[in-house]
Amino acid sequence: MNSPIRRLSLLAALLFLSLLLSTTWIQFVDAKSINAVPNNRRTQLFNYTQQRGAILVAGDTIASSKPAADEFKWTRVYAEGPRYAHVTGFFSFSIPPDRGLEYAENDLLSGRSDKLFYRRVSDLLTGRRPAGASLELTINPKAQAAADTALGNQRGAVVAIDPSTGAILAMVSHPAYDPNVLTLHDSAKLQAAWTKLTTADGDPLINRAISGNLYPPGSTFKLITAAAALESGDYTKDSVIPGPAALDLPGVKDPLANHDHQPCGPDDKTTLDHALTISCNTAFAALGMKLGADALRAQAAKFGFGQTLHIPMTTTPSSVPAELNPPQTAQSAIGQFEVKATPLQMAMVAAAIGNEGIVMQPYLVERVVSSDLKTIETATHHELGTAISPGSAEQLTQMMTDVVSSGTGTPAQITGIAVAGKTGTAQHGVGAAPHAWFTGFAPAARPRVAVAVVVEDGGLAGSEAAGGTVAGPIAKAVMEAVLNS
Amino acid sequence: MSAITSLRPRRGRNVELLLLIFAVGIVTLAYVTVEGATKGTVPPGLLSQAGGLLAIAVAFHVVLRLRASYADPLLLPIATLLNGLGLVMIHRLDIAAGHDVSKGAALKQLIWSGLAVLIAVAILLWLRDHRMLRRYTYLSGALGIVLLLLPRLPVIGREVNGARIWIGIGPFSFQPGEVAKLLLAVFFAGYLVRTRDVLSIAGKKVLGFTFPRMRDLGPILLMWLVSLAVLASQKDLGSALLFFGLFVAMLYVATERTSWIAIGLILAGSGAYAAYHVFAHVQTRVELWLHALSPTVMDNVSNQLGNGVMGMAAGGLVGTGLGQGRPYLTPFASSDFIISSFGEEIGLFGLVAILALYVLLVERGFRTAIGVRDGFGKLMAAGLAFSMALQCFVVVGGVTRVIPLTGLTMPFLSQGGSSLLANWTLVALLLRISDQARQPVVDEPVAAQIPVVAR
Repeated sequence: MNSPIRRLSLLAALLFLSLLLSTTWIQFVDAKSINAVPNNRRTQLFNYTQQRGAILVAGDTIASSKPAADEFKWTRVYAEGPRYAHVTGFFSFSIPPDRGLEYAENDLLSGRSDKLFYRRVSDLLTGRRPAGASLELTINPKAQAAADTALGNQRGAVVAIDPSTGAILAMVSHPAYDPNVLTLHDSAKLQAAWTKLTTADGDPLINRAISGNLYPPGSTFKLITAAAALESGDYTKDSVIPGPAALDLPGVKDPLANHDHQPCGPDDKTTLDHALTISCNTAFAALGMKLGADALRAQAAKFGFGQTLHIPMTTTPSSVPAELNPPQTAQSAIGQFEVKATPLQMAMVAAAIGNEGIVMQPYLVERVVSSDLKTIETATHHELGTAISPGSAEQLTQMMTDVVSSGTGTPAQITGIAVAGKTGTAQHGVGAAPHAWFTGFAPAARPRVAVAVVVEDGGLAGSEAAGGTVAGPIAKAVMEAVLNS
Repeated sequence: MSAITSLRPRRGRNVELLLLIFAVGIVTLAYVTVEGATKGTVPPGLLSQAGGLLAIAVAFHVVLRLRASYADPLLLPIATLLNGLGLVMIHRLDIAAGHDVSKGAALKQLIWSGLAVLIAVAILLWLRDHRMLRRYTYLSGALGIVLLLLPRLPVIGREVNGARIWIGIGPFSFQPGEVAKLLLAVFFAGYLVRTRDVLSIAGKKVLGFTFPRMRDLGPILLMWLVSLAVLASQKDLGSALLFFGLFVAMLYVATERTSWIAIGLILAGSGAYAAYHVFAHVQTRVELWLHALSPTVMDNVSNQLGNGVMGMAAGGLVGTGLGQGRPYLTPFASSDFIISSFGEEIGLFGLVAILALYVLLVERGFRTAIGVRDGFGKLMAAGLAFSMALQCFVVVGGVTRVIPLTGLTMPFLSQGGSSLLANWTLVALLLRISDQARQPVVDEPVAAQIPVVAR
């Protein structure tokens, strides 16, 4: 009977071998992805019971972990309440983090990042309590406050970036929420707050600046049409182009008309410069059809349309539809039809024009600092590409300066400083008040700030809104805040 | 010139004593670690507790020195270490649950451990020769079936967590299936050793191998069917798998026919397939097995398996340290899922060490089966060793998603008196058989050689 016993003992050894493999799989090979499962309570608790890194703006803490007396040991506190809600996101012990820097930089904040490996090893050896790294942001607090205040109770978003670096100076989305209600340790209260936020009117949890349903960019898209024209080599800012009161579109019954139903110049003709200054629809629609859908789409892509960015939060890509017939092209050339853009994207367009045509990667985190104040990482400036030539950029800047000095953008004027800009009034659906847009930069010659503002449904002005009167003053306030600081 | 060198076979009792001290030392360290991590103090009665544990172990060791001096020296230290580690983990979970020591599960487990060791010692003292058990072949079989049926009885039978496998008298509850496993192993061994020749020789030849006659196979088949039917009606799939595996393995050892393994696998496969289609709870188990980590399954079906796996993953290679993880998040962390509790707190390295202890225990059992000279002893030792291996596989495999989860206890580690009792008894039987297996043969042929050599 010995040989079957030997074989049986081999079988037993094989059974144990399978157990060694399965435990190795769970505890070593697959451990990282199991730890990352969203409903992993241990990971949630682990994250919560460690001292999480802080988030700082100009030296002031906007998110930090304060000691708590209960089992979680720490409470996340957002010092400025709703003001930075869409920058920070929130960190809750039971609702999985899914937005903001709390999510995008969770590994650094929680201290799990591989970048902190040596630090963790030394924590282990010295017995020091491990703590996450802190983030120092690019945000200019004055600009953020100005944007927050100026947007007020209106729905919409404001983004300001430094054209030469891509550093994000302000990012506001309204309606906002107070992330402090989501850091409660009482499950029932927390759940109630969460339900209230997820069902609230206007989706306060969405960061309209980089995601959400996106907006039709309206007339601000004319910057891209104009850029495509200049880049084609067939146009300068002084080129004479047709600008009738209404433009017949092939195969469409209703002609495309200007807002005031007037021609844009004598003999139904205008210049590219003047057409942008007064935001002439017919001129740009005709120009768009002449340039063709492919040229528009390619120019938009050079500005960053179609790209998913990580700032480090993931942005929703802006888009120009893939298939466009001539009338749709005409509509797209003035930022209508199904062209969609985020405020961040439009700020990048303005910034690139102000930065001699070079698009910079936008970013929010300037510096990562470990808990013993050692710099772990400093942001590097990264070019996304060249959208237009310096010559085209100069001409566009001149045109945009005219918009603010004598065109639709006069409400954005700043005393003593040349401001470049473009307004937009974007139709979205029959009967709905149009979204008011403004995008621009200042000072026009050597810009320090580029901004994009969108106010949904014309904000407080309702259907009377034009981008200039509603969004212009907000942009002005933000640019002033940056220039004065 | 004397050609006779006095042969002194290594008994290994001193090694055993050393290993016992080592085992108690590890358990004491683990205990101190838990107390330190959870309360920040060294337990006040530490010396007397460690001393008590060592005293019990050494007492057992002394019994072996006196009554089974050739017994395998690894079995007792391994069982002691596993039992001790189980106690520490149960104590650790008591602390997490906020239980006072006097009311905690660890104290109960400690009492059961003492009782189980006492019974193991009693068996060693009473059972001078394991072949004595052959006399009780049919009694064991009958008793095994009765034990399996007990939970079905109205007054003492109890249903816990959907499985009616418990009996309860007053405050005591007991899972008779664990003990029934041993009794059936004795029965299978006794029956097979008598009929193995008939089973393997007599019979019709069909498709290249010989089928035994029905009258030889009848009783054992009946026994198997009865136990399976009882277990199926109690929804105790883990035990059903264990009994079936034990039966097939012993049949294979007795008849030396590989075809039995093939038949067994086919039967087990079709049985599992049928169970999947007949029982809704089996389908749930399979669903749970395949999607253990999915949020919908964890929220709506059961979060136990998922939580156990997440605990092990959280432990990683070196673990969180005893008393510093969150094994209490997993339901049944101290019984069915004690392995994932260990995985979380002592890491993959610790868990592999624990599994290695089981491998040693099992392989020493097989070694005993090979060494012992009588067929009954071989069958019983092989059966016991294999049942231990299979039980570990069903438990750990269930927890780590090798196979669907079925409720069985981890030998020595898991909380539960009946399991401790059965496994200490198993160790006592193996010790007794190994004592014979390792004894030098002193009978006529050796004596007859002496004059030849002397001349």
